[in-house]
Amino acid sequence: MQDPIGNLYNWLMGWLVSWGVDQAISNILLSLVGIVILVTIAMVLDVFLVWIERKVVARFQDRLGPNRIGPWGIFQPFADIIKLLIKEDTTPNGADVFVFNLAPILSLASVLLLWAVLPIAEVVFGVDLNVALLYIVAAGAIGTLSVIMAGWSSNNKFALVGAYRMVANMISYEIPMVVILLIPAILTGSMSMLTISQSQEQYWFVLVVPLAALVFLISAIAELGRSPFDLNEGESEIVSGFHIEYSGMKFGLFYAGELLHAFTFGAFISILFFGGYNGPGVTQMPVLGVFYFFIKAMIGYWIIMWVKYTVPRIRIDHMLYFNWKFLVPFSISILVMTAVMHKSLSGYETPVYVGGMLAANLVLGWITIEILRAQARKQRKMDDPNSRVVAELTH
Amino acid sequence: MTALQIIFLLAAAVILISAVMVTATRNMVHAALWLIATLFGVAVIFAVLEAGFLAVVQVVVYIGAIAIMFIFAVMLTRREMLDKGPQMNKRAWLAGILCVVIFASLIYMLSSWVGFNQIPLLVGNADTLTLLGQSLLLPSAYLLPFEVASVLLLAALVGAVYVASNRKQEEK
Repeated sequence: MQDPIGNLYNWLMGWLVSWGVDQAISNILLSLVGIVILVTIAMVLDVFLVWIERKVVARFQDRLGPNRIGPWGIFQPFADIIKLLIKEDTTPNGADVFVFNLAPILSLASVLLLWAVLPIAEVVFGVDLNVALLYIVAAGAIGTLSVIMAGWSSNNKFALVGAYRMVANMISYEIPMVVILLIPAILTGSMSMLTISQSQEQYWFVLVVPLAALVFLISAIAELGRSPFDLNEGESEIVSGFHIEYSGMKFGLFYAGELLHAFTFGAFISILFFGGYNGPGVTQMPVLGVFYFFIKAMIGYWIIMWVKYTVPRIRIDHMLYFNWKFLVPFSISILVMTAVMHKSLSGYETPVYVGGMLAANLVLGWITIEILRAQARKQRKMDDPNSRVVAELTH
Repeated sequence: MTALQIIFLLAAAVILISAVMVTATRNMVHAALWLIATLFGVAVIFAVLEAGFLAVVQVVVYIGAIAIMFIFAVMLTRREMLDKGPQMNKRAWLAGILCVVIFASLIYMLSSWVGFNQIPLLVGNADTLTLLGQSLLLPSAYLLPFEVASVLLLAALVGAVYVASNRKQEEK
């Protein structure tokens, strides 16, 4: 029970070798089996996520959501999948067929690649990469590529403009995300997700760098392309952007990929800042970590959905202004402050360390809010036609 | 034939075929996509040689930034995206001869290198990432070139902002 995956692997390996299969080949075969199992778990979870999404949006909008098919509407996603499968699979006139079909596949693949580095428990993970944080950014880059491919190959101006906006969004918000990803790397000394989870056994990183968690949440929502940053797929804005020419299961792949991506980012937030698989009783029974991991990932996903169904959409120029003029300097100042405070407080015991870092975060947050208030005051004075300041400036 | 050799041959085949397709395809966006396949193959070779950090940085920088910039440049500067030009110009035979000459001289130069016939010595679980970090930050290693490179990047950034803002003021 201490190491279920390792024991299963050894048992199957012994079985295969006793049949006469070569050691290296059985290693590869068992790795393939492990990959298939992990991807199956992710995709079955994805189906469940469709149901959760529809129920939660309904409750936020003060209605019930699907409740006809099965108890609490739990078989609704299966009806959705059957509908998508039997729809006509159109390819627009003049579209580039190979790229058109490749784009949704790459989009879902870039999300499934992320599941290789998630530590679901201390003994249940795909691979313990020592550059896992950079690997996450790389998988995001492949997702960005799939958006351009979808927008360009549709032979449709709305799709292309939607794809341009989405890519501008994604590559802009990668910068604060990467800067914030450096912060758990500083606090832990390693870029491996497993090491980051392991070093949160005493206290969660959200107590030490809450501002970083907030900025990561915002840039993660922007990276996902979810509301309030969903200029590319707002039906009222751009006729669902780069999705427009995709029908049937190809659209299903995009949609499922987006939901799974949102859940995976909820999992990242929980691993990087909320302790990952840590919880009471995990040191005695490591498999309990799976339970804690999924609960925390669901809470992170719920927060992302909460933001989506509460705030209205942000305009594209406001979105880029917010990133380049506020989030980038803010995240760099958080990074510098965290590095300095971590180095100067690292000799002391834990309560002094946590208290000192938390105080530094609060001071930085207060200074930022004061700067923003001064800016807002100045902007309000400029916009006010009765103001004496404007009269002085324009004469 | 070890597994390493098989993976290397597959990755090399992908790289070479994609590189040939970059020049042989008529559609420019397709050429950019084949370039992405080539760069991905190079990342696989980095991973095989146990430079995991370089493999991931290759994907992030080359595919995630440079290739996307290529695609945007193609999309924003062509009048019509489906245009296809003639495949070769009149001096194509000269380019072919030059290619063969350069290939032969590269093989000749590399054949005098010690590692030409050896399989690379892979150390297993070497902590190359810590070594890389230390070599960039120790004054006895490469700290000075690292700082000079960051100053160069800052100069490029300031120059780009100046050129862009200057043009905006001229338009006004």
